[in-house]
Formats: sequence, C-alpha cells, structure tokens
Amino acid sequence: MNALRLTKLLFGAAAVFFLLAPLAAILPLAFTDSVFLNYPMPGYSTRWFAELFTAEVWRRSIVNSLIIGSGTTLLATVLGTLGALGLRGRTSSYLFAVVRTAFLIPMVVPAVVLGVGMQLMFARYNLANSYVGVIIAHTVIAVPFVVVNVLAVLQSIDPRLEQAAASLGAAPHTVLARVTLPLAAPGIVSGAVFAFATSLDEVVLTLFVAGPNQRTLARQMFSSIRENISPAIAAAAFVFIVGTILVALALNLSRRSLGRRPAA
Amino acid sequence: MKGEGLRKTFVSLALVAPLALFLAVFFAAPLYTMMAAAVSDPVAARALPRTAEAIRAWDGAAAPSAEVQAAFAGDIRNIEDDQLFGDLVRRLNSAKSGFRTLMSKTRSALRDDPATTDLVAIDSRWADPGFWQAIATAAASTVTDRNLLAAVDYERSPAGDIQAMPEGTSANGTTLVRTFVVSLMVTAVCLAIGLPYAMIAASVEGWPRQLLLAAVLLPLWTSLLVRTAAWFILLQDNGLINSALMALGLTSGPLPLIFNRTGVVIAMSHVLLPFMVLPIFSVLIGIPRNLMPAAASLGAHPLRAFREVLLPLSMRGVVSGSLLVFMSALGYYITPALIGGAQDQMISSVIAYYATGAANWGMAGALGLVLLVATIVLYTVYLRLSAEEQARR
Repeated sequence: MNALRLTKLLFGAAAVFFLLAPLAAILPLAFTDSVFLNYPMPGYSTRWFAELFTAEVWRRSIVNSLIIGSGTTLLATVLGTLGALGLRGRTSSYLFAVVRTAFLIPMVVPAVVLGVGMQLMFARYNLANSYVGVIIAHTVIAVPFVVVNVLAVLQSIDPRLEQAAASLGAAPHTVLARVTLPLAAPGIVSGAVFAFATSLDEVVLTLFVAGPNQRTLARQMFSSIRENISPAIAAAAFVFIVGTILVALALNLSRRSLGRRPAA
Repeated sequence: MKGEGLRKTFVSLALVAPLALFLAVFFAAPLYTMMAAAVSDPVAARALPRTAEAIRAWDGAAAPSAEVQAAFAGDIRNIEDDQLFGDLVRRLNSAKSGFRTLMSKTRSALRDDPATTDLVAIDSRWADPGFWQAIATAAASTVTDRNLLAAVDYERSPAGDIQAMPEGTSANGTTLVRTFVVSLMVTAVCLAIGLPYAMIAASVEGWPRQLLLAAVLLPLWTSLLVRTAAWFILLQDNGLINSALMALGLTSGPLPLIFNRTGVVIAMSHVLLPFMVLPIFSVLIGIPRNLMPAAASLGAHPLRAFREVLLPLSMRGVVSGSLLVFMSALGYYITPALIGGAQDQMISSVIAYYATGAANWGMAGALGLVLLVATIVLYTVYLRLSAEEQARR
C-alpha cells in the first residue's frame, strides 16, 4: 500500500509542477535587465515595466484594453442579467432548455469561425475598425458567462422572500430592485468579472474586427511574441497574473460581504 | 389567474428579448454571412450582366447568336476593375482550362478595336460551344459547391462529376487530418495526466485536495496568452528545459522543442488539462468512497478493483472531459500559431490565412463551415451526456 501512496505523491507533485511551473517561470523575467527573454538573468531592473507604461504601442494597448473591457463588461452584464431574469423560473419548460443552450453556444463556436463571419458582416455595416465593433464582438463571447453566473445565483434564491415582499404590497419593480437584485448581486459581480476577463484575454476576434487603433494588450502581446519577442511580454504577463490574483481576491471578498448582507 | 400567468410570460419574453436580439444580429447573422460566403458565387453574374441576360435563350448546341456575342463583348469592354476581371477569369478557368489565355487575348483585342463584336475572328476557340457552356453556367448560378468541395480536396470535373483533386494541388485535406491528429494527441496526453490526477484529487482530503484543485484552477484563470508566452520561453533552444537537460548531461545539444509538433502538443495539453480534470473529478466525488474497500474486502487485487470498479464508474467523466478537450483543440488558433512551425498549423490558421491574408472569403467560409459542423456535433454529444448525467442524480 505504501508503494501506491508514494506513486500518488510523486505523480501528484509532478503534475502540479507541470501545471504551475510555466506560470512561475515567466514572472521573474519581467525584472530582467537584459534585452533577451531568457535565463540566466544578468541583473535586475524595472526597465521593462517602464517600457510597458511609456512606449506608445504598449501604453496605448493597455488603454484600449481598459476601454474595450469596460464597454464589454457593461453591455454583457446588462444583457446577460436581463436574459437570466427572463429565463428564471421556467426551468421545467422545453423552451427554456432551447433558449439557454442558444445563449451559451457562443462559448463553444471556434473564435476563428465567428471572426470570419464578423469581419465580413462588420465591414458591410461600418462596424469594422471601430471600438463599438470590438466591444460588440467581445460581448458576444462574454455574455454566456454572465448568464451562467446570474442564473445560478437566481436559482438559489428562495422565492418566498419575493412573495413575502409582494404580499406586503411592494410593486413588481420594487421587488426586483429591493429584493431580487441585491440577492443576485454576487452572481452579477462574478459574471461582470468573467466578462471583463474574457475581453481582456480575447485575441482572435480582435484580430478580425479591430483596426490598428483598437489594438488591445492581448493582441499586442500576440504580435510581439510573433514578431519581436522582448521581456516587455514578461512584464505584461506579470501585470496579467497579478491582476488575476487581485481580481480573484476581490471577488472572494465581495462575495463574502455581499453574501453576509441578507443574513444581517 | 390566467391573466397573471400571461403577464408573467410577457415579462419573461421582454427580459429575454434584448439578449436574444443581440445574439441574433451579432452572433447568428455573422455565422450565416460566413456560410453564405462559402457557397456564394456572384462574380460571373456581376461581371457579365448583359451576357447573363442574353445567354439564357441559347440552346447550347452550337456557338451562340451574334447577339449573345455582342453582349459578351460589351460586358468585357465595360469591366474597368482589373480585380473583377481577374476573379472572372479564375472562375471561368476553374470550369474549363484555356480561359486564361483566351480571355486576356480577347480583352486586349476588344480594347484595340472598339467596334468589333466578332469574337471568332479574334480567337477560333469562341466557336467551341464548350467555352460558352462554361460562361452560361457561371453566369446563371449564384451558388456553388466549389469551395465546400475544395475544403476537403474535391472538385467538379468539366462534366460536372465530383472527383478528387490531383495530388499536390491542395493542402486542405492534409490540414484537416493534421488538425484531427493533433487534437487526438492532445486529448490522449490530457487523459493520461488528467485521469490519474483527478483520481488522486478525489482520493485525498483537506489541504492536499485544495492544492491539487488550485493547481488546476490557477492556470485556467490565467490568460491564455500568458500561458503560451510562458511555454514559448521554456521551450526555446536556449530555454529553461533545454538548459536543464544539458546541465544534467541528458543531451549534448538542445532538443528541438519549439516550432514543431512536440511543442504544440505540450503547450496545448497544459492549456486544456483543466477541462479534462474537472469533469472527471466531479464524477469521481459522486462515487461512494467505500466501494474500493468493499472490492478489496471481497478479495479483489487493487489493480483489479481499479479496473472493474473505479474505471467503469468514472467513464462518464472521462468521455465528457475528452469531448471537451478534443472539441476545444479542434478550433485552437493562438497556441499553434505561436508555438508551432509551418508544418503544425491547424485548420484555424488556414481559415485565418484565407480570410485575412488571401481575402478568399469563399474558402475561409467553407473551411469554417467544416470546423463549425464538427464542433457543434461534438458539443451536442457532450450536452446529451451531461443531461443524462443530471437526470441520473
């Protein structure tokens, strides 16, 4: 039995190493003072962060990512939350299953396929090479995450709470604003975070619908790895990873505080 | 009461409508546009409007009337756009070879002499009904299966039968096969690592399980681009892996790990591993923990208990995870584009090339349709399985 235990331990350790080592390996390179993205590092410096925030291409791409990410988050959260509210309570009907699947299918369709169609169609309606076009494209693939998250939390709400509010004379919109939405807030927040993260990481649709003026950080990293690889990529990756950890922490905190409120 | 129910339905519809409309316009319509591009063939009708009109009355037996020839000569004179002319020639030449020289000769002759409409005098080939047949077919149809056939390396013979393209003229079939092979390899690697991993994670408790799950979730949350960049750094000729191997004396020179199949499979397996581990894990934690001890107490060797108890029970998770990984791998673009060499490009890269590089929307759409259909079929199977899974609980 001990041999089995040892095998489990070794395999588990090796697999965890395989999963995490690449992420750990790229982080220190953000602080290299060499122009090569490689070990051993001759010395430490923050020059690549300076490059990231001052060089026009990188600075601009960060600003673009923030603009497009915020637009996507707003649009996807509003549309997705409304859709989830509409789907709620009809889980038993056949139509529900069909509509829900239709709402989730953008997650599955290969991005390149969608990108070709969008490029063709957006060119016809003057949406190509515009911020609005990129925000729309990102929203299409971000909105399923909002629907899933909000729907999950809505289904866990006790309907008697809303019935109680209504029986005490609250109008439907008051019930929605004062009872349902506050209770659904954790789901809406995580949906919004997922939407923002999806937009931030999106490359393929951006390649097809964005012009040079809408180059996002992810898009800039993609062409930089392809054409002239430099440690600025590691600095950008560092920003991404630290951002991910911060967002995960914030999400956890907001979930806790939002989750506590109804009980208080 | 009935009015209340109706009102509720109305509210539900009103809430769902904005998203449904948004997805219809910006998700379904682009996909439709892409499919339409795959089968649309407007070039001949666009370039030869009067010929298309005139040639309809032609019986197809001998060279058509002077009227049709005059319409054709007029249409050719009217084509100002060299790109359109080139597209027309390509379209006609794909139906019948010989059009390339015939058309350029005819066009320059018609330009030199703005009065003539006698095409046979310009080139005797215009007396051959075969050429006119090709023009008539091309001008009459706005729909073609040419791109769809070419996507799988088939074409129509001059007689209209479907036949395989000559060897070496198209690489689409090779790319499709390669896409399937790479996706299968990635699925196999993910399964080889993911199944034992999920079993270990399900068999332990407390912090070891938390650690194992966090190690799967952290990469999942990390940007795909960051993970690909990380593998780019590790796999280089002078990257960490090769430096380590050489320092250990395992190899004398750097192993070729990047810009080849090995690198693509390693990086893609890393990216897709969570999609294998999580479904298997969620099936395994639903299995009663005392089954294995029960098998052991009945005298089964641990290996036999594993093979006959645990493995069959985890099969649903294995199938779901494999479908998920395989389906995602089929459409992968970024990782093969950055880590792979020219010989490792998958179907997505070819689609992107046709769309952005060659502006050949027909071929981009046709290959996209192949990929879309494959993905939707796999997703349907996946949905069926997970619906059954839920029904069982």
